[in-house]
Amino acid sequence: MKLYDRWKILTGIVIFLIAVTFPIWYGKAKSVPPPDLKLDTPAIQALKEKLCVEQAPTMRANHMRLLISWRESVVRDGNRTYRASDGKVYTISLAGTCLECHSNKAEFCDRCHDYAGAKPNCWNCHIMPEEVRR
Amino acid sequence: MTPTRRDFLRIAGASAVGLLLPPWARMANSAQTAGMAPISVPAKALTARRWAMVVDAAKCRPGCRDCVDACHLVHNVPDFKNLKDDIHWISLEKAGHLFPTEIHLRQPEAIRTLPLPVLCNHCENPPCVRVCPTKATFQRADGIVMMDYHRCIGCRFCMAACPYGSRSMNYRDPRPFIGKLNPDFPTRTRGVVEKCNFCEERLAQGLLPACVTACKEKALIFGDLEEKGSDLRHTLEGGFSIRRRSELGTGPQVYYRL
Repeated sequence: MKLYDRWKILTGIVIFLIAVTFPIWYGKAKSVPPPDLKLDTPAIQALKEKLCVEQAPTMRANHMRLLISWRESVVRDGNRTYRASDGKVYTISLAGTCLECHSNKAEFCDRCHDYAGAKPNCWNCHIMPEEVRR
Repeated sequence: MTPTRRDFLRIAGASAVGLLLPPWARMANSAQTAGMAPISVPAKALTARRWAMVVDAAKCRPGCRDCVDACHLVHNVPDFKNLKDDIHWISLEKAGHLFPTEIHLRQPEAIRTLPLPVLCNHCENPPCVRVCPTKATFQRADGIVMMDYHRCIGCRFCMAACPYGSRSMNYRDPRPFIGKLNPDFPTRTRGVVEKCNFCEERLAQGLLPACVTACKEKALIFGDLEEKGSDLRHTLEGGFSIRRRSELGTGPQVYYRL
């Protein structure tokens, strides 16, 4: 079999393969350190037991699901209280409950979201109370 | 709210099926729905079977904008300073424009041009709820027609359906146009429709709606329409009141005492 313009075609294929696999090997060499999350806000410092609504591993993995179920619960059912698995009762409020403790969005929420490439659209509407008071 | 024939048949049918089921199956059904935490309302929350409002026009002072300002401040309503993009939860409209068929030219000018507050009527039979393709607008058991801004896709069917012009669309990002941000209430984003929510979030905290609290003349009366002897019922029973375009069958729940 004769391949016309062999060198042009082979160069083209090589360039194409490099371009297609670029996302795979780019970043292989780079190591990104995991985000350094700050938990030392005044509200958290004041807590006797430094516990979130649920256990930290649960929150880390499932906070988005919890927030969505909270949202549905408040908006659709008008239910504004949450009973945690340890029996404690919390008021469901993003600005009032979550962000009262985690008042450092830039060092807590954003750092991890940037690292994970997550772009939550909460902040299109919801306000950081801390940013307004400042 | 009287049930429609269709609702009645549906409930009757469901009850008949329920009675035929053996007891253990009924238990299983109720256990399924109990997966979500039971709805609990804080003790201080104001609750009602049917929220409604009366505007006592005789007490309304011309030139006063207290109700509008209070509402828009509490709910982070933007002011675009142009009518095309205007967003309002409550606004003032001349009585003659509100009731074009009831008010005629021989009535005193003071009545015809009296500015009255207009807001969402929280209809008994809300056309906006019927047309919403995503169920972003829905009716609560206590009659409040609520919006779930998370679900709104900005199709504006509700704006076309509402005969009262109670709804406004965010054609632009509203954030920069909010004078003073209230951190306790979210703003909206570009591409969603918004409207009055009868201060649902304040009722949950045991507070009356912002417009009602702001009115120094006590021209706005808010309460439970189903509760005998409430201020609201007392005001309604004490004289003649009308509703906006009730002939359409929407069952508006904002009453005007002229």
